[in-house]
Amino acid sequence: MTEKPDLDREGAQTRRQVALMASADVNAWFVREVLPLEQALMQFLQHNWRNRSDLVDLRQEVYVRVFEAARKEIPEHPRQFVFSTARNLLIDHIRREQVIPIEAMADPDGLSVALDEPGPDRAAMARDELRKLQSALDQLPPRCREAFVLGKIEGLSGQEIAIRMGVTESAVSRHLALGVRLLASLLHGGGRQ
Amino acid sequence: MTVEPLPNGAERIEAQAAEWLQRRHFWLWKDEDQNRLDEWLNVAPAHLVAYLRLEAALARADRMVALRQPLSSRLAQLARKGWWPGVGRVAAGLILVGLIALAVSQFSGTAKDRTYATALGERKIITLADGSRIELNTNTVLRLATHGDGRQAWLDKGEAYFQIHHDAAHPFTVVAGDHRVVDLGTRFLVRKEPSRIEVSLVEGSARVDTLSSWRPIQSALLTPGDVVIATADTMSLMKRPSTSIADELGWRRGLLVFRDTTLADAAAEFNRYSTHKIVVADPATAALIVGGTFPADDATMFVRAAKALFKLHVETKGNETVIRR
Repeated sequence: MTEKPDLDREGAQTRRQVALMASADVNAWFVREVLPLEQALMQFLQHNWRNRSDLVDLRQEVYVRVFEAARKEIPEHPRQFVFSTARNLLIDHIRREQVIPIEAMADPDGLSVALDEPGPDRAAMARDELRKLQSALDQLPPRCREAFVLGKIEGLSGQEIAIRMGVTESAVSRHLALGVRLLASLLHGGGRQ
Repeated sequence: MTVEPLPNGAERIEAQAAEWLQRRHFWLWKDEDQNRLDEWLNVAPAHLVAYLRLEAALARADRMVALRQPLSSRLAQLARKGWWPGVGRVAAGLILVGLIALAVSQFSGTAKDRTYATALGERKIITLADGSRIELNTNTVLRLATHGDGRQAWLDKGEAYFQIHHDAAHPFTVVAGDHRVVDLGTRFLVRKEPSRIEVSLVEGSARVDTLSSWRPIQSALLTPGDVVIATADTMSLMKRPSTSIADELGWRRGLLVFRDTTLADAAAEFNRYSTHKIVVADPATAALIVGGTFPADDATMFVRAAKALFKLHVETKGNETVIRR
């Protein structure tokens, strides 16, 4: 009886180690397979959930669920997995609210639509990448873009950017942090959210 | 209709992730910062996922480093001011398309790059217009950019020794797999294996960066004697005595130099230079320690020495020489 907790602890530790070893793979898998689906995922969520202000939270919840599942086992079909996770999540939320919010679930039949879409054309994506980057950069607010261009393209450090722009370092931090967030939405999601 | 706000506060987490990310990439970053970031990432998967997502976006933006040309910053300035002269608009658009093409080509290379290749056992010396020299070892493919300032190379496979005429305004960069070596006034050796690269700095200084899209950006600044071994997941820096690096460069004189090398490693080294392969048949033989200097293009001398020294059995069949106890 007294040994049991020890064994359990040992087991947990081994599992943790395995998880740690695998974590790099899961991170890479997530970036490679899941993030490129963001635009389609956001369209799916938008289509099926009326309340726009929930979208970022929903996206995060989908990502967390997918990520947690992938830590146990990397799904074989990422696209199907992401969309069925999103679908289940929406259903969970509807259940949690007990009353089916008809407006929120605009198109229950539509929940399966995205599954049949063709996969991303990776070659086309690569061709468009720099055009996309340029257009994303163009959409940043001017000061934010300036900080970003100086940091990323000119390769300046935060301090150097502050001197060049004649603003405080904390202002540079704010511009850069905002820039990263907007770029993520523009590049992964294909639009601001 | 009202839907209760979801509990996670994804916006807040994203803002925190963005703050970490920009600090990590643009400001002085110490070990304790990394520890605190690691702590934050471990709080909840939502933190890690938000961070990975932003980092992937930033890594994609890294490709824009390729746009780092005097013209592009002027163009960026124009874009920033929202000032496109009416007539110049089309021209500016064309320039932009050109820059994008240039950027694409700088990231991955184009068909127009000049390609240099060596066969098994072959060596080649390339001399650049500014007097820089690149020496290719056996079984190597190197491409040189012909566009821009031409100071970019891709080591697609094999090994090359760079003696670069330094120009601070136009640093020479070598891309090998997921990593980039930036010359800061330098003689250095880059070797690319399928799963890792090895950069040894002989003189001057150089920087090795990861280009991989998801991991934290890793960067190592090398001083003479430093050797960086980088795989897809790790980057390790170690110091090697200068004699060891000189040994490694023996191939430039057509020599392979071994010191306390296992027979298996030595055999693998010879096998890089020839279609005729040395096969070490058993683990005990593989673990024998050898030393000495041998001509790279003649493995028979090595095999004979090993045979005599360790009383090994040697059998040559077709394209293979099998060594065993």
